[in-house]
Amino acid sequence: MTVLTQGHAVTDEARNRRFGPLYSRNARAVIGRGLMATKSSNWMVMLSGFFEPVLFLISMGVGMGAVVGNVSGPGGQEISYAAYIAPALLAVSAMNGAVYDSTWNVFFKMNFAKLYQGMLYTSLGPVDVAIGEIILALLRGLLYATGFTAVMGLMGLITTPWALLMIPASVLIAFGFASFGMGITSFMKTFQQMDWVNFIMLPMFLFSATFYPLSVYPEYIQWLIQAMPLWHGVELLRQISAASFTPATAIHVGYYLVMIVLGLMLTTGRLRSLFLK
Amino acid sequence: MPAHETGPEKHKAPAAPQYVITAENLTKTYGDVIAVDGISFSVPAGESFGLLGPNGAGKSTTMKMIGGVSQRTSGNLTIMGLDPEQNGPEVRAHLGVVPQQDNLDEELKVRDNLLVYGRYFGLPMSYLKPKADELLEFAQLTDKAKSKVDALSGGMKRRLTIARSLINEPRILLLDEPTTGLDPQARHILWDRLFRLKEQGVTLILTTHYMDEAEQLCDRLIVVDKGRIMAEGSPAALIRDYSTREVLELRFGSERNASIGAELEGIGERLETLPDRVLIYTHDGEAALEEVSGRGLRPLTSLVRRSSLEDVFLRLTGRSLVD
Repeated sequence: MTVLTQGHAVTDEARNRRFGPLYSRNARAVIGRGLMATKSSNWMVMLSGFFEPVLFLISMGVGMGAVVGNVSGPGGQEISYAAYIAPALLAVSAMNGAVYDSTWNVFFKMNFAKLYQGMLYTSLGPVDVAIGEIILALLRGLLYATGFTAVMGLMGLITTPWALLMIPASVLIAFGFASFGMGITSFMKTFQQMDWVNFIMLPMFLFSATFYPLSVYPEYIQWLIQAMPLWHGVELLRQISAASFTPATAIHVGYYLVMIVLGLMLTTGRLRSLFLK
Repeated sequence: MPAHETGPEKHKAPAAPQYVITAENLTKTYGDVIAVDGISFSVPAGESFGLLGPNGAGKSTTMKMIGGVSQRTSGNLTIMGLDPEQNGPEVRAHLGVVPQQDNLDEELKVRDNLLVYGRYFGLPMSYLKPKADELLEFAQLTDKAKSKVDALSGGMKRRLTIARSLINEPRILLLDEPTTGLDPQARHILWDRLFRLKEQGVTLILTTHYMDEAEQLCDRLIVVDKGRIMAEGSPAALIRDYSTREVLELRFGSERNASIGAELEGIGERLETLPDRVLIYTHDGEAALEEVSGRGLRPLTSLVRRSSLEDVFLRLTGRSLVD
């Protein structure tokens, strides 16, 4: 039997790194784990998440578009209905990918797979776990956004090089939802509670000026919609797709920056109280 | 278990022993429930230290506090000179943890479980790959390297969890009821593996409610009940201090066990009546059995055995450890 528990300098090096009380600067190990798990089992689920908005774009954009004809775009110019809803669907897809990863996936890992309990018995801290999981959600969001933008290009819906900025903007949207989603999931204990997530997501998807302009609503409903995160994402991507930037663009970006900061604070606080009781 | 029981750690003490764990008045409450009630102990490097007690005694809670994943309510705790609450990741870098319930990564294959776990400690792949193979061999799982985790038996999962806990070459190994739920053969394989680690100088901190496990593996242990330390010492010393050399177990049938006590009065040093049997503590079990027969009592079964930690626990708490 070889000596199992001593003799390697690297293990001492790993012990003598600089550690924080909740963070060991090793989120990449959590990301590495996620990629390895995805490679071996999850890739079908990932694929379905990509096709969902594409199917919506084809059915609504091409099908409904034939009935609706051209509509007025963000800068007031005439654009096809498909070009109008495509950036909105991209925002929805960024939201869905991030929310799926940060709610259902995290819920399962937290309550059934006991994955985080295992991680937190190593030199990982809760902040490493939170950052790692959120970056995984963002990678997924990035993948979806890139694929969807490519589909838009193939369908001739991209008319300006500025539209490529939709990809990083989608990641920003995904970041906002992922950082909040994980914090909210930490409160959930049962599947019934998890259904509330869908209960919020579906109306947000349908009513956030995704398929028609905000102006169809009475004013007080408009205010409500404008308070919701998805509307800001839809508007941001729609503006980028037409290279029609206004001061409101900065407000949309700012909304997500605030959402990210608050979400991260919530998530790390919750992870700390959940796992370091 | 060696016969000399003079407590070698006592002689070492003046030479400033290096305590890897020190707990002083460690207390943990959940609301009104006191899970750990002011316990103090120190563990020198290389010792195999046990926490023995029934379910709910506070053993796992103590383990969680040592691992820095549970905050103490009051008291002091240092691991390798560090406070696990202030330096959680750093303290755990020194630890290997085998939790009560396996929490292997079911989405990863057996060998990948070891590699990924090693990455959590910030270890490089160039070290982890040969190390994982070495640990799989130690855990007798080499031919399962590419299997899925859920294809493993309970004993295999346990061995994989132990192998995983060794990936960072820890100085201290925390084992929370390592063999609960395993069949006897799997337990013996596991004990053998743990004994080898002990021989290599790893500090083992072990909770158990199995007497034989504590006697096999622990140099020293504390008996814990309701969050308090009832006794402390080596298994042999505890048996010597709290029990007799031998025990005579008599069964008169569940109807008569309770009422027979008075008729057995005076035999042996002490009498313990349990629902299913009567225990007579004595230095000479055979002589006591003759005396029982001499009084005209005919037990259904009788058994003379050496005293065990079970008897110590019964003496200290009036209750059995495992119902």
